[in-house]
Amino acid sequence: MSPVLAGVLQLLALIAALALAYRPLGDYMARVYSSEKHLKPEKWIYKAIGANPDTQMRWPAYLRGVLAFSLVSVVFLYLLQRLQGMLPGSLGFQAIDPDQAFNTAASFVANTNWQSYYGEQAMGHVVQTGGLAVQNFLSAAVGIAVAIALVRGFARSRTGELGNFWADLVRGTVRILLPISVVAAIVLVACGAIQNFAGIHDVGQFQGGSQQWNGGAVASQEAIKELGTNGGGYFNANSAHPFENPNGISNLLEIFLILLIPFSLTRTFGQLVGSVRQGYAILGTMAVIWIGFTALMMWTEFAHNGPAFEIAGGAMEGKETRFGIGGSSIFAVATTLTSTGAVNSFHSSYTGFGGGITMLGMQLGEIAPGGVGSGLYGMLIMAIIAVFIAGLMVGRTPEYLGKKIGTREIKLAACYILITPALVLCFTAAAMALPTPGNSMTNSGAHGFSEILYAYTSGANNNGSAFAGLNADTQWFNTTIGLAMLLGRFLPIVFVLALAGALAEQKPVPETVGTLRTNKPLFTGLLVGTILIITGLTYFPALALGPLAEGLAS
Amino acid sequence: MSTMTPTRAPHPKTPAEPAAAPGRVGGGLFDPRQLIASFPDALRKLDPRMMIKSPVMFVVLIGSVLTTVLAALDPGDWFGWAITGWLWLTTIFANLAEAVAEGRGKAQADTLRKAKTDTVARRLAGTTEERVPGTELRIDDLVVCEAGDIIPGDGDVIEGVASVDESAITGESAPVIRESGGDRSAVTGGTKVLSDRIVVKITTKPGETFIDRMISLVEGAARQKTPNEIALNILLASLTVVFLLAVVTLKPFANYAGADEQTSLIVLTALLVCLIPTTIGALLSAIGIAGMDRLVQRNVLAMSGRAVEAAGDVSTLLLDKTGTITLGNRQAAEFVPVEGVSAAELADAAQLSSLADETPEGRSIVVLAKDGHGLRERDQGQLADAEWIAFTAQTRMSGVDINGRRVRKGATGSIVAWVREQSGTISPDADRITDEIAEAGGTPLLVAVQDSAGARVLGVIHLKDVVKEGMRERFDELRRMGIRTVMITGDNPLTARAIAREAGVDDFLAEATPEDKMALIKREQAGGKLVAMTGDGTNDAPALAQADVGVAMNTGTSAAKEAGNMVDLDSNPTKLIEIVEIGKQLLITRGALTTFSIANDVAKYFAIIPAMFAVAYPGLDQLNIMRLASPESAILSAVIFNALIIIALVPLALKGVRYRPASADQMLRRNLAVYGLGGLVAPFIGIKIIDLLISLIPGIG
Repeated sequence: MSPVLAGVLQLLALIAALALAYRPLGDYMARVYSSEKHLKPEKWIYKAIGANPDTQMRWPAYLRGVLAFSLVSVVFLYLLQRLQGMLPGSLGFQAIDPDQAFNTAASFVANTNWQSYYGEQAMGHVVQTGGLAVQNFLSAAVGIAVAIALVRGFARSRTGELGNFWADLVRGTVRILLPISVVAAIVLVACGAIQNFAGIHDVGQFQGGSQQWNGGAVASQEAIKELGTNGGGYFNANSAHPFENPNGISNLLEIFLILLIPFSLTRTFGQLVGSVRQGYAILGTMAVIWIGFTALMMWTEFAHNGPAFEIAGGAMEGKETRFGIGGSSIFAVATTLTSTGAVNSFHSSYTGFGGGITMLGMQLGEIAPGGVGSGLYGMLIMAIIAVFIAGLMVGRTPEYLGKKIGTREIKLAACYILITPALVLCFTAAAMALPTPGNSMTNSGAHGFSEILYAYTSGANNNGSAFAGLNADTQWFNTTIGLAMLLGRFLPIVFVLALAGALAEQKPVPETVGTLRTNKPLFTGLLVGTILIITGLTYFPALALGPLAEGLAS
Repeated sequence: MSTMTPTRAPHPKTPAEPAAAPGRVGGGLFDPRQLIASFPDALRKLDPRMMIKSPVMFVVLIGSVLTTVLAALDPGDWFGWAITGWLWLTTIFANLAEAVAEGRGKAQADTLRKAKTDTVARRLAGTTEERVPGTELRIDDLVVCEAGDIIPGDGDVIEGVASVDESAITGESAPVIRESGGDRSAVTGGTKVLSDRIVVKITTKPGETFIDRMISLVEGAARQKTPNEIALNILLASLTVVFLLAVVTLKPFANYAGADEQTSLIVLTALLVCLIPTTIGALLSAIGIAGMDRLVQRNVLAMSGRAVEAAGDVSTLLLDKTGTITLGNRQAAEFVPVEGVSAAELADAAQLSSLADETPEGRSIVVLAKDGHGLRERDQGQLADAEWIAFTAQTRMSGVDINGRRVRKGATGSIVAWVREQSGTISPDADRITDEIAEAGGTPLLVAVQDSAGARVLGVIHLKDVVKEGMRERFDELRRMGIRTVMITGDNPLTARAIAREAGVDDFLAEATPEDKMALIKREQAGGKLVAMTGDGTNDAPALAQADVGVAMNTGTSAAKEAGNMVDLDSNPTKLIEIVEIGKQLLITRGALTTFSIANDVAKYFAIIPAMFAVAYPGLDQLNIMRLASPESAILSAVIFNALIIIALVPLALKGVRYRPASADQMLRRNLAVYGLGGLVAPFIGIKIIDLLISLIPGIG
């Protein structure tokens, strides 16, 4: 079988698996977030944290919940790292430096999982499993909760009530993330991923040094790392490490887990707003971009360009032979079009265009399908922008899902789309303008610029993957990327929840044939165009000086 | 006197209004000379305090100033001056668009001002009369107006009746009747009394009269940004900020890449101006003004731009039956003979008996007899020794006695009574036929005769409401646009249903009282629908105020005019449909130009990015897919295109985009193809052509 065919077959298998899971999971999630009942363990949790899961929250209360919970999480994670040396099960690792501890805490709470540390050389069992893995669940559940709150904003009328944050957080964790993770972890173990609490093994001397292998609860962390679109690897090599991602099957499973919830949430959305077709239109938009990007990536990576590539059958540098170009390209696109940031190959080694595709994927705002929850709310914001511009062209003031897109709504949506470009461009510009940050580049020219652009793109968009090459463990990068991650996560959430509140207060506008129909392929095309033009154009000059310059140099 | 209705000649179209093809909202007038005439106004608008209202154009203004300073610092650089010149032109073109739009209203305002000459009022103080300037009148003052007087202020006639020339406001030369009491009591300041004497009670303060409001409206002085316009401005401002960030942060990136020289401040400013949505930013306010203006051209005054926008969103239209959907009067549609009587016999009798009936219904019977049965019209003089019985409201029948034959026609009850009186027979057929006609929503009239064979009913005349021609198609169109029409009528439900079915309206409200109307509006609004209606009477006022779009007829009472948010000077209720279309056209124009503006950016990148960076990274020259001559010509071409496209689109902004009623899907598909795809492609061609021309200039190519 040719590598190209193998890649295409993997992609088709993936699409089939996602399609099979779409309806049952989407419908299940809709039931989870609309059910009145609480499970026993959930009641214990509510009692323990002193929350009443049955009170309805307006958007400020919901937001306070999100922010307070996340603040506590950051502080907890920071302290855990700072106190690592005094904790049992630390494998002898010492406390993490303050700037790196802040960066890591911000990173995991913001669902980014940017890692400026080497997992196997810095973090013991307690931090990995008790801190980072826990945040993998909770930050993902927060993302879904915010998305559900926005969907309720569309679905509800003449009320400001968006549901209960604590109930949404707990249910997302207990009823969705945990059960799927358990099953996925078991399958990963079956594939050969490790799951133990063994210590560090010296595995003999090699030419030029020695090698150590760490044991750990890898499979369990791996499952939620992908399912929650977190991406923080147990090991520095992330999903390229054989303990995390042993073979082609586990690779496909991991990609499946990355895309599973973000895609299925469009079904949940459709169910909750009372029209699954609305969900299909959003799904269609996500799918068109995702498949398009994947096809482009495979094309550019398979394109034989130069004798070295021809011998290797494509751009194999930085890719694992057990995944090949197909399995690596699909993974790279999936991880950058979601907020995952796990890698099974090194994006820095991709062709110029390939690297550009990973960057553009993040720069679109990670909405195709995007992070768990954040992908859906990001896409809905873009839908609002698209409806606003194009909706006028049908001769009515714009409305989406029966809600008017007026001054207040557009103000909030406009603020949302401002944030990440501002963070990415300003931080990158600062890094380029200041004398020292540039020392972290390991390459010169366009590729060196790409390293820094990628770092802030990844941070501000909460992706977490790195272009590799950049030495990000400096005070400057730890601090600025940490800030980019926190601001890039929580400022948009402020606007999303405010928007949800504004929408929920409206009375619904009935649909007529004069209404722009947002459940049709035409709308999907429009939305794709809006996303590519509005967000794509923002980054075009920067991309031209990085990956485009590299890709077009022959 | 109280039954008299003002008759008016068909309104002559204002010269600005082209004959609109059916189903299409005609554009406004645009004359390129207006561009030149408005140029001084455009310069005056460069005042930063005015420019700041449009954030996009304010950024261009700052850019223009910045490049001017930079060019002045390096006076030998032709490129800097060229960019500077075109940036200033971009700003001025934007102002020009607004100035042209406003200029058209100014002309109208001048005409109105002429009507508002300072009048002298004859104020009643007790029983004596005193002459005071019109500006000193207060609310509740009583003034006397006689033939030849200009009415000094808005008010209601409380005494007398007069014919009034309202041409100053409506452009309609036929005089109208104004009288105390009832729905025709309102008079407008500035109009002229032609005959008789009336006493008017002033209802508005000087300076706030209808004519004052009209002047400020058409001048745009009272123009406030509408909600959708504000929202669009916010979006445009945020896009401007995004592009500002993209351009500002580009400088350090370019320095690192070694393209410091190619990214001078002038070039970056040019890039910024090309990227921010200047096209829509420049035309946005002109579109809004032109939308109001299109209404004015149709003799509709919108009291707020908000109402025009709301008109585009209307999903329920309440239309009065009489005068809007049907012609004012019922007409004979059919003669139905009873058994044993021929149709011709019945037609003959119907005609004879109706000759003495001067009501519209009566005349329509004669017309039907002539058109449908070839009976030549006879007039009363032709028949000697005939005794005519004229129609009266009391007897409710008319007829003729001729040569011992007595023919009668009239309301069922009256004729039945008459036949019984003559101890004649009523054919059972007649009962059946009248029932059928009534069920079909028509009005039956019986025709009876008494001669040697005794008194008997010959047959039934079917009178029905005649739906105006083309109404069904109009309603179909509205339905395709997603608008539901509800017919409001005082008829009983049976009649109402029949007419509703014939006219093709979606629903009807029969035996409607003002309270019913109000309840209907509230019910529709509770479902989130926007409701439009017309009205003229005082009892319509609450409903007019409640409706999202309330169009008061100019012939109506001042209470009605006060309550509505639009006034139709032609008092033509059918115009509501046009108002909705204009509202939609306004929004479509806005959306289309926004889409166009944003889609334009793609081509500009392909012109400017290679121009800036091909030196640093030669590979990027492959992005120069237009093969523009030189970096300078590429950047300049993009800037020139960006400026010229504004002027090129001014006519479109003023006229509004082509609009045909269609479903949202069809409209979106069409407009996306024209303005979305067109917006992507057009600048590639435009920039290439400009570049070709520029490269012909010696020393540049």
